[in-house]
Amino acid sequence: MTPATTKTTKNDRRSDDLSNETLIGWLRDMQLIREFESRTMQAYQQAKIGGFCHIYSGQEACAVGTINSVEKSDPVVTAYRDHGHALARGMSAEACMAEMFGKITGCAKGKGGSMHMFDRPNNLYGGHGIVGAQTPLGAGLAFGARYEWEVLGTGTKKVCLCYLGDGAIDQGAFHEALNLAALYSLPVIYIIENNGYSMGTAIHRHTANADNLIARGKSYGIESIEIDGFDVRNVYDAFKPLADDCRDMQRPGFVDLKTYRYQGHSMSDPQKYRTKDEVADWKSRDPIASLLHHLMNERECISEDAWSTMEDEIKTVVREAVEAAEAAPIPDVDTELASDVYALPMDNLSPSEDYKHGLKNPLM
Amino acid sequence: MVFVWTKGEAKAGRGVSDAEMTRESPMTMIDSAIHPAVGEWDLPDFSKPLPSRDGDRMLQFREALREAMTEEMQRDERVFLIGEEVAQYNGAYKISQGMLDEFGEKRIIDSPISENGFAGAMIGAAMYGLRPIVEFMSWSFSLVAADPILNNAPKMLYMSGGQWGCPIVFRGNDGAGGQLGSTHSWCVEGMFSNVPGLKMAIPSNPYDAKGLLKTAIRDPDPVFFLESERMLGDKGHVPEEEYYIPFGQANLMREGDACTLVSWGRPVHFCMDAAERLAAEGIECDVLDMRTIRPLDIESVVESLKKTSRVVVVDQSWPFGSVASEVMAQICEHGFDWLDHQPVRVNTRDVPTPYAKELEAAYLPNADRIVEAVRKVVTAG
Ligand SMILES: Cc1ncc(C[n+]2csc(CCOP(=O)(O)OP(=O)(O)O)c2C)c(N)n1
Ligand SMILES: [Mg+2]
Repeated sequence: MTPATTKTTKNDRRSDDLSNETLIGWLRDMQLIREFESRTMQAYQQAKIGGFCHIYSGQEACAVGTINSVEKSDPVVTAYRDHGHALARGMSAEACMAEMFGKITGCAKGKGGSMHMFDRPNNLYGGHGIVGAQTPLGAGLAFGARYEWEVLGTGTKKVCLCYLGDGAIDQGAFHEALNLAALYSLPVIYIIENNGYSMGTAIHRHTANADNLIARGKSYGIESIEIDGFDVRNVYDAFKPLADDCRDMQRPGFVDLKTYRYQGHSMSDPQKYRTKDEVADWKSRDPIASLLHHLMNERECISEDAWSTMEDEIKTVVREAVEAAEAAPIPDVDTELASDVYALPMDNLSPSEDYKHGLKNPLM
Repeated sequence: MVFVWTKGEAKAGRGVSDAEMTRESPMTMIDSAIHPAVGEWDLPDFSKPLPSRDGDRMLQFREALREAMTEEMQRDERVFLIGEEVAQYNGAYKISQGMLDEFGEKRIIDSPISENGFAGAMIGAAMYGLRPIVEFMSWSFSLVAADPILNNAPKMLYMSGGQWGCPIVFRGNDGAGGQLGSTHSWCVEGMFSNVPGLKMAIPSNPYDAKGLLKTAIRDPDPVFFLESERMLGDKGHVPEEEYYIPFGQANLMREGDACTLVSWGRPVHFCMDAAERLAAEGIECDVLDMRTIRPLDIESVVESLKKTSRVVVVDQSWPFGSVASEVMAQICEHGFDWLDHQPVRVNTRDVPTPYAKELEAAYLPNADRIVEAVRKVVTAG
């Protein structure tokens, strides 16, 4: 798999109209994710994080470019490679890191882990560990939003972003979700973060007609586009009009967002299925470096010094997040193990448990 | 436990979440009866005494279900019905007959044959704030939706650390009896009730069907509601006045002191038949209709045991790891001292469901097998 080279020309770039501050904000968001993931790997290697852990490095432009094309009130749902979406959506580095450390200050009070990041104030409806499971949920979130607007007459028009990997397109659930989204005209955009691999299986080996994923969306009558997901401005340029239209017209969209992950599938991947050259090839057009280049040399809105200060600030934020996660208390077995099981606990629900409510999640 | 979140500086990201506003506030125990994840929630008034079961407002089981859904949809616009053939066809089993005319196509929604898709989607809709009723034409077909209904709905509240609940009702036909063969005759209660986070109701008659379904719709947790195609035409009195039957309360259908018969759903009728026949032999039975499986009203079972000291559990699903097994285990845990005979169960036979009428009849728990079981526990020792 080689990097895509599609580029829009300078003149039709919608992102050119955005302020320097906005683009610098994107740079900061992407660098935060990159730095966060480095520290995540470190903590994982020190056995401070358990379970499965999937690193987002390389894919930053996907989450940052798409999330910045919609409103904060729009629902977002994703798979298990979710740290990037959580941070881009606005979750604090501390709540995200503490979740992986299994601490009570984690976004899910340590009950979800790396693969299950939830953030209610930012309308992030998870982090879902079963490949493809989030795709019907995405249709349903869009259904809910549309129902709210159309039947209840209380909400505004929304559009739901539902992320999935290229491996998830092989799941039946995804096809059922596409059918429902098209049939009921639901405002959900399926964003395939196509990093070329489903675990160790290259896309040509796991899906038919791999060069033409958008044919699947089109076959359901859904507007489907390919976007180079390695350039955040490009993501925004192509994605923003689609998102606006899906919101306006209350209809679905489908995006083959071509990207690459720098790290292994999860923290335990020896990466025998790809070459070092391939990774280097993609890294040579790194999304953070190319945005930085644009801001430094074309917009001339950030200096070497300012960038270096930003890097340091981000390092500090993430280091402090790790320290805070480390220092935070573990969830109390008495209050947390058997709480949040039922919204309305009753007697005799279980032969072993007396369900009660635990600590209120501060994100509520 | 109360402590203070440390003051974080996570402002590097573009968005600074609202959560950060509250980061310095202490984490305190939830003090409301209903988890805040489902927002403001008003429960029906369960202190109101239930109306009499006797009367002559005779409705079919399916009509009782329809009344329950209709009343709740009139009460709350967030409630809607989705499933295969529920709208234009008027319901594969005519449960939703006429509802499309009353509520329109935005609230009575025909789904494609896509259980994984629409069950999963409605879980998303429930998280978003709606109150879906999802009809499975048969619970047999819910198996292709096992992932969303078992992995998402009952675990969402926990997995999200208490941020999102999932107030949803899944309902449909459960169990054999219609000569539909092994793929269409599933009894899912044993398998599904294993999962924490869900509630399960299995009514045996129109009165309970209406009162339990209304409660299910008003409950903030995912409720699995199991009906039986064999009973949809059964008639019974359904009072005019509104009522909600609380979960976790068994109904004593018949009284006796020789043996306790414990069941739920359709086999309750087999128990009643058996009890009638046994009475002719001078063996009087308590017949307990559990009505809900999770919660399971074990106190009523033990209460009855104090009188009878003998119990037969009747369950129309397979015996291995079944609800009957669970009831027997709980009887041993809570009522051991009262037993004069080991608990006995009558399940379906432990084979795939056969087609031939005679084989199917022999496969199901039936009055003959129940009578035999009761005679055995009563005459032994
Ligand atoms: C239903 C299911 N099957 C298998 C797995 C194990 N698994 C987790 S991720 C993964 C690969 C998915 O790849 P892709 O969708 O491309 O996402 P990426 O990891 O590249 O982000 C597999 C096989 C799973 N979590 N769920
Ligand atoms: Mg992939």
